[in-house]
Amino acid sequence: MFKVVDSAVPVACWSCSVAHNESTLFCPHCSKIQPPPGGDYFSVFGLDPRLNIDLDALEQEFHRLSRKLHPDRFARARENEQQWSLADTALLNDAYRTLKDPLRRTEYLLKLHGAEIGEEHAGKDRRDISRVPADLLEEVFDLNMQLEEMRMAHEMGESDPSLEASLSEAKRKFTGLQEAVDRDLRVQWQAWDEGNDTTRQATQNMMVSLLDRRRYLSNLVRDVSETLGA
Amino acid sequence: MAEGRVVGIDLGTTNSLVAYMQGDAPVVIPGVDGSNLVPSVVALDPIPEDGSGRPTVTVGNSARKALIETPERVIYSVKRLMGRGLEEIQNELRLFPFRLADDVEAGEVPRIQLGELRFTPPEISAYILRQLKRNAERFFGAPVTQAVITVPAYFNDAQRQATKDAGRMAGLDVLRLVNEPTAAALAYGLDRARQGTLAVYDLGGGTFDISILKLREGIFEVQSTNGDTHLGGDDIDNLLMAIALDEVHAEHGVDLRAHPGAVQAVRKAAIDAKIRLSTEPAAHFDIELPNGDRYQREIPRAVFELLIEPILDRTAGPCKQALTDAGVSPEDIDEVVLVGGSTRIPAVRQLVDDLFHLSQRGKKPHIELNPDEVVALGAAVQADILAGASTTTEEMLLLDVTPLSLGIEALGGTVARIIQRNSTIPASATEHFTTGVDGQTNVAIHVVQGERELAADCRSLARFDLKGIPPMSAGLPRIEVKFLIDADGILQVSAREQRSGKAAEIEVKPTYGLTDEQVESMILDSFDHAEDDFAKRLLIEARNEAESILSKVQQARQNPAWAHLTGEEQASIDAARDRLAAVVPGDDSSVIRAATLALDQATRTLADRMMDAAVTEAIRGKTMSEAGEELGDSITAPHPMAAAEFK
Repeated sequence: MFKVVDSAVPVACWSCSVAHNESTLFCPHCSKIQPPPGGDYFSVFGLDPRLNIDLDALEQEFHRLSRKLHPDRFARARENEQQWSLADTALLNDAYRTLKDPLRRTEYLLKLHGAEIGEEHAGKDRRDISRVPADLLEEVFDLNMQLEEMRMAHEMGESDPSLEASLSEAKRKFTGLQEAVDRDLRVQWQAWDEGNDTTRQATQNMMVSLLDRRRYLSNLVRDVSETLGA
Repeated sequence: MAEGRVVGIDLGTTNSLVAYMQGDAPVVIPGVDGSNLVPSVVALDPIPEDGSGRPTVTVGNSARKALIETPERVIYSVKRLMGRGLEEIQNELRLFPFRLADDVEAGEVPRIQLGELRFTPPEISAYILRQLKRNAERFFGAPVTQAVITVPAYFNDAQRQATKDAGRMAGLDVLRLVNEPTAAALAYGLDRARQGTLAVYDLGGGTFDISILKLREGIFEVQSTNGDTHLGGDDIDNLLMAIALDEVHAEHGVDLRAHPGAVQAVRKAAIDAKIRLSTEPAAHFDIELPNGDRYQREIPRAVFELLIEPILDRTAGPCKQALTDAGVSPEDIDEVVLVGGSTRIPAVRQLVDDLFHLSQRGKKPHIELNPDEVVALGAAVQADILAGASTTTEEMLLLDVTPLSLGIEALGGTVARIIQRNSTIPASATEHFTTGVDGQTNVAIHVVQGERELAADCRSLARFDLKGIPPMSAGLPRIEVKFLIDADGILQVSAREQRSGKAAEIEVKPTYGLTDEQVESMILDSFDHAEDDFAKRLLIEARNEAESILSKVQQARQNPAWAHLTGEEQASIDAARDRLAAVVPGDDSSVIRAATLALDQATRTLADRMMDAAVTEAIRGKTMSEAGEELGDSITAPHPMAAAEFK
């Protein structure tokens, strides 16, 4: 179940000894699989680090690389090729999972540029008043009261249709706010992709605060959905 | 072929099967009795009193017969115990008649008492796997050492590891564990180039899985999976059994729970009733009690459906969650595939129809492939993909996901999630750890699997110690730990201290599971590996089969049907018999097999006539089984004389 894997990266191809770029999955000379390359997730797909990406093309490239790298293709290969196939495919999957999701992609790129982004504290944000966006303070306070009432009603085995309706309404509202954040983020993507190092700092700060707000809202929506669904 | 075949194995709760790719289609390999299904039942044979010889076990149909006669020596549904801890097994055993060995200690893999001996669940499973391996070897006439084994998609790390351990004990190199619903999708995806979104609803004997897949140009990409590893046909059987036992107690004053054999008779009656209720409006219970009374009861289908509704409803939640996680609505599902024997129940089909809005969209679920066999067929397809030598499957690739999130216990007992559920596997995550005290050389990490916020509510996978950290000030060491879930869904962990660049030493205490040394000591019988012994075993088996068919042919000459054969037919049977009798003493098993097969072919007409005669007898008032016994064979066998069917 547990073993220590050595992940030293050779400069020359292990098979044909021709030197190659470290960030390649296959030797350009003999096509043999290589140990996991050192580059970022974008380079796995041969992409420039940008926020607007073509998702169809990303999926196609993911499938093309999966066909070549997947451990199923190395089931009877040498032990070291099996290990690299495993590590390379894990890298490919991690990269695809991160890049195909707009929020994860934004977070990832910002972190590459040294941005500090709040860690996930599942379900706890709501109770920490300092994390509540200032413009939502009053509404979040009301919502928390209603959620508590709803949980009590569930525990007593009672139903409260008017409370339910008001929570559903709140869910619609906060979902709408989420969508607004997503639109704002997309505008910033454009600015980032077209910007230079000086304009990017402002864009980056804007996106970090949008991501914080987005995470807060999605936790809120999830809490309401769970309480309504219970 | 330099490398042997790779077979596909469905190691099921109720039945197990082995299949392989014959040309461009997967087929199930039958056992000696001609049946495709090997019941997942293991019986410990009586141990020789003189203490000589090793204990032997019986697997499959014959073990099932022992269930009523010697229930204390038989175990079934062992899959429900795989990879589970003592406490979980104790809960499980309230519903099953097995006993835990009385010397099991907390933290150990629990052992089950069978007669005089004790076995861990992986050992029991290994006996089933060995039987399937032997069936395949008999069929091919060559050793089989590599296999793909299927597991429920919702199996956790420990359950997967236990299944792999069982394979190793049975002398199999397990090339891949494949999730059962995904295997079913592979079996269905083979016959035409399907595109679109597919849901696989798999309700088996003991487990429930739902998987949503996207199919595109031969790539089967799982979007989400969910399920319950404690939900299946067994639960329905146990419910009907409990009702019957309670009624017998109330009405006849007999507590059958004290008679294990009688409990098994009731269980069999419950299973029969359940099966009949899928096609008939009512089923009857009629059981003779030890005091001579009869317990008789009619169960109309409407009552049955009311009884099982709470069980079936438990599949709805996982289905909805899987749809949500895949980001699709029921209308987005182009096709639904039904897998597992329990999907024959009409109420289950109705529930699936409701969940995925099928009939309102003019759709029907796929049931073309036998729901008992489809998983094994898919395993054979995956085996073919791994063997990499076939053009049928070279364009196919399975991208599966991990069913449960992986996390590490953080301060305050909360879980920091590092790999989310439904991530495509292999998947990895890198975390950094440091020390909290000056000069600290060890760091302990607790890895858990599950979706709950507190580590105590999740499933503990392992606790491990990072050792040999160079003594430094608190917070200075930087230990990089890489967590990797491999293509089997099993976790691998590696660590490096970044300042010294040294691979850190990891000491692992798996919460549930056997150590490598324990698995090694449980390997069933080493002679299975040796080519020499393999040839010997094949020869013994071939001779046994030859002797059996020779004696049946001798008996058949007394049967009235013999006189109805033409002189030519009789002569050709005699010639084939003489030829076989001549080669049996030789030591080439393939020659004996060929002659056995020839005699088997020569007697087909005779066998058909005898079968017809038996059926006529039955209609005249004898039961089929009596008629079958007179033929010297079970009437359910495909060919009354067939001892063997091989290529």
